[in-house]
Amino acid sequence: MKISSETTKHIAELARLRIPEEKLDETSKDLEAIITYFEVLNTADTEGIEELSHVVDIKNVLREDEIRPSYDREQILQNAPKHDGEMFIVPKIIE
Amino acid sequence: MTAVELGRMIREGETTSVEATERLLKSIRSDEHNAYISVCENALDCAEQTDKLIRSGQLKGPLAGVPVSVKDNICTKGIRTTCASRMLENFTPVYSATAVERLENAGAVIVGKLNMDEFAMGSTNETSYFGPVTNPWDTKRVPGGSSGGSAAAVSAGSAVCALGSDTGGSIRQPSAFCGVTGIKPTYGAVSRYGLVAFASSLDQIGAIAHDAKDCAAILDIIGGWDERDPTTIKMGGTEYLTNLSADIKGMKIGMLEECFGAGLDPEVEQAAIAAAQTLKSLGAEIEYFNMPVIKYATPAYYLIACAEASSNLSRFDGVKYGYRSDDTSDLHSLYSNSRSEGFGDEVKRRILLGTFVLSAGYYDAYYRKAMRVRALIKQAYDRAFEKYDIVLYPTTPGTAGIIGGSDDPLKVYQADINTSSVNLAGLPALSMPCGFSAEGLPIGVQLIGRVLGEQSILNAAHAYQCATDFHKEAPV
Repeated sequence: MKISSETTKHIAELARLRIPEEKLDETSKDLEAIITYFEVLNTADTEGIEELSHVVDIKNVLREDEIRPSYDREQILQNAPKHDGEMFIVPKIIE
Repeated sequence: MTAVELGRMIREGETTSVEATERLLKSIRSDEHNAYISVCENALDCAEQTDKLIRSGQLKGPLAGVPVSVKDNICTKGIRTTCASRMLENFTPVYSATAVERLENAGAVIVGKLNMDEFAMGSTNETSYFGPVTNPWDTKRVPGGSSGGSAAAVSAGSAVCALGSDTGGSIRQPSAFCGVTGIKPTYGAVSRYGLVAFASSLDQIGAIAHDAKDCAAILDIIGGWDERDPTTIKMGGTEYLTNLSADIKGMKIGMLEECFGAGLDPEVEQAAIAAAQTLKSLGAEIEYFNMPVIKYATPAYYLIACAEASSNLSRFDGVKYGYRSDDTSDLHSLYSNSRSEGFGDEVKRRILLGTFVLSAGYYDAYYRKAMRVRALIKQAYDRAFEKYDIVLYPTTPGTAGIIGGSDDPLKVYQADINTSSVNLAGLPALSMPCGFSAEGLPIGVQLIGRVLGEQSILNAAHAYQCATDFHKEAPV
């Protein structure tokens, strides 16, 4: 299947990735080659076959909703790019 | 020196954890393969504490006091964990993975974090933000990936044994390229809590070491049900080490025909066939069988893996942890710039592929189709295991390639042909050294077991390693 620059831009936008203009063609070609490779799957007969996502038959693993200690706020904030000692600081979202 | 042997020496007072750790730290500091990203500053303190507990009889396990190295996508509390990415260059987890905790409780000393392909995406360890790892057998060549640092370190002696992770072959393939033994357990047999997720339905933590015995010892420690990972199987502890046996009389081995022959390096094929013959001479029954659907494994694997990766890596947004761009005028650019600058090219490529196959209009044709093909592959293996105890074929189609020699991503993906089907089916698999090419490069053969059939593949490997010496060879 052909992957146009428009498609690549659209996918990049969905993934919140920026592809520079000069790399758009090369990226589209790469994606196209690989997606075409994926299309060999269309020759597989999967009539009546259900999708398999978990190879061991485990479903809906539940646990009690208990209150437990979490992590130390100071420790967590140590990994934060920008914080004020209490909260993560981000650009203004709502005007 | 294997981990189990070192553990015995420490237990019996022939050496101490401090001595062993000191020696290893020296090796690590003089490592020429770029196998490590971080060294644990407090390893000697841990070793000292561990020696006390061993002397007082509180720690008696087979790996008490043994230094263990950990792939850098597995969280270690207080120790930088980067996933070999700029995105997590300065990230220090506030918790340790279950596998790490269990090792520490068993007395292992975590000594360093190992280099890898960025976010486990790659098969050559060339996508690491911290530079490529070289193969100790030929430093112009790749060690394989994504657990390249783990395999290279064990091979070169700068690790006694290591934890790796395997999503499409990332433990087995580098083990084959570096002449060491690596095992990926049954999906759900080892907790993924604390393993930075790449593809959640495929990832597993496993072991890379000098032999099957060490692999057994490590799996016994790290495996078993974990409340914190709901995808783990409700199973207790395993006893692979105590139940390890070299008696494989009557074991039925199926050699998958599609993974021999065309497209395979003839030296690799010969070595794998010879390994099967050796197992036969030890009492196993061998025969070829067919599984035509295996040709769909690699495309199905990459499609599913990229889809899951695109979802898993959406958490890296520059907000709460990880890399944040300097150029963030609004929320959108905070996300896009941080991600675009923080991730390398291969990671971005896979995120784009995954986003595409999950996007509206394509989800059915691509992702859901691949999930059905996955079911076909699992069913085919299930049928094989009605006849055979283990399945055998070469781990890789060739030996280690030259660093910088793979500029076509698709070609690199296609070389996962011999490992990816195993992750799709969730089966346990082990790669062990079975020979060398004329150029002196290691060759690995792969043993695949049925669900929770780790004992069989460990036994077959152990039997093979009692009768051969390939796993004892070391690069000069």
